[in-house]
Amino acid sequence: MSSGVPSLTTVLGAEEIQRALTRIAHEVVERSKGAADVVLLGIPTRGVTLAHRLAERLAAIDPAFDPAVALGDLDVTMYRDDLRRNPTRAVGPTTLPPAGIDDKIVVLVDDVLYSGRTIRAALDAISDLGRPRAVRLACLVDRGHRELPIRPDFVGKNLPTSTEERVSVRLHEVDGQDAVVIAGRGADEGSAR
Amino acid sequence: MKHLLSTQDLSKDEAVTVLDTAAQMAATQSREIKKLPTLRGRTVVNLFFEDSTRTRISFETAAKRLSADVINFSAKGSSVSKGESLKDTALTLHAMGADAVVVRHWASGAPHQLAYSGWLGGGDDHVAVLNAGDGTHQHPTQALLDAFTMRRHLVGRVGGAPDDGVGSDLAGVKVAIVGDVLHSRVARSNVHLLRTLGADVELVAPPTLLPVGVETWPCTTSYDLDETLARRQPDAVMMLRVQRERMSGGAGAFFPSPLEYTRRYGLDARRLAMLPSHSIVMHPGPMNRGLEISAEAADSPGSVIVEQVANGVAVRMAALYLLLAGTSAEGSVQ
Repeated sequence: MSSGVPSLTTVLGAEEIQRALTRIAHEVVERSKGAADVVLLGIPTRGVTLAHRLAERLAAIDPAFDPAVALGDLDVTMYRDDLRRNPTRAVGPTTLPPAGIDDKIVVLVDDVLYSGRTIRAALDAISDLGRPRAVRLACLVDRGHRELPIRPDFVGKNLPTSTEERVSVRLHEVDGQDAVVIAGRGADEGSAR
Repeated sequence: MKHLLSTQDLSKDEAVTVLDTAAQMAATQSREIKKLPTLRGRTVVNLFFEDSTRTRISFETAAKRLSADVINFSAKGSSVSKGESLKDTALTLHAMGADAVVVRHWASGAPHQLAYSGWLGGGDDHVAVLNAGDGTHQHPTQALLDAFTMRRHLVGRVGGAPDDGVGSDLAGVKVAIVGDVLHSRVARSNVHLLRTLGADVELVAPPTLLPVGVETWPCTTSYDLDETLARRQPDAVMMLRVQRERMSGGAGAFFPSPLEYTRRYGLDARRLAMLPSHSIVMHPGPMNRGLEISAEAADSPGSVIVEQVANGVAVRMAALYLLLAGTSAEGSVQ
């Protein structure tokens, strides 16, 4: 999806991604004063993978965090505001922890934060699923260009970009390697959603 | 996919996409808040020229769960009883700004006519037509919900797959469809869809209730239910309703007596015992208890008849989503 475009720049390597996730995990624990009430919800596709990695780290930092009951996937397709502008999207699975998200501290996990519209959709989805005590947002890359008043709580790396550029996060579990890559000008559509 | 008119138009990938989407829709229906904002601002018209309870309610529920506006139109009590034609009705609906029309009609081919006549606009402005049963032709959402129910229970066998068999087809599943095939659009839709999904279908019916030309259908046929159950050990048995309202000469014109039909083709406790333990019993409803299916069979643990109704909502939500959610210009499934 991102091959064949000239001037690929790798801005984060595998080790930097690992370090960023470890730091985010510590920040989540610090901010929530422990990880006992934290529920991680990954936004497909790569947010889910990132949420799994974050969960491992949280469990290592605070044994009160059990990934089996505090990790879920949140598919926001049916809440998007751009459904009519694009070809029909496949609807993915939403899985919640068995105890639900009521009175928990939900941390949304996504790969790239861009317009903020995906997060807007995710907030709507969450309000249909329960009433968490707080909702926070973790993303690996914040590339700016917000179109809605939404800001992240935990950021792996702030990446000033132009709208012409395409930022893609590649993860070992999905793409076979860990990297954050910027494809230069001339790309036709943004892959970061 | 611009319209859903016949299961014959569906490729295997499209059918699996509908079933997978339905699985996600079904998951949302166990939540406290069942409503999704997906089709907000879109209008779905239920256009029913023939009586229906579950299909109309099911479509209405599906559209409402996706936040679409629903307009119900039934031929009784409308201008149709004053002699308005299908064309004029369609023009009226188009003028009112319908985005999708769910149509049930006593004439085979009426939905196709609606979809391709241009009465509902064309090109970028097209209105999606969903066939909710036309004459003795097709009833695609019923076949899709039957396939969804089978996949849920039979793929991965014992207890069903943990994730409802998402992503898989029905390869190797043995299905017996029993009863009034002649008048059944459900049977026609199912034969094609199940074949597309890789299942083996056998139709069982008295010779008078098998249509001329059935030998060209992608299935086998039998006149003997006991023999089929013993030999094929079907994973799913679908009993069809004996459609007396379509039998112009009365029931007697197609079989000597209801009692004889029940003895030879009814699913009762004895025949139920011949089935493998994992087999499911299906019926598209409404049931004639005591005619094609006995109360023991209808209420047996293997009966999924009530679940079929619940799955109908999920499948229709999936169909509406796939037809309406994307760009109106080029609505492809993926």
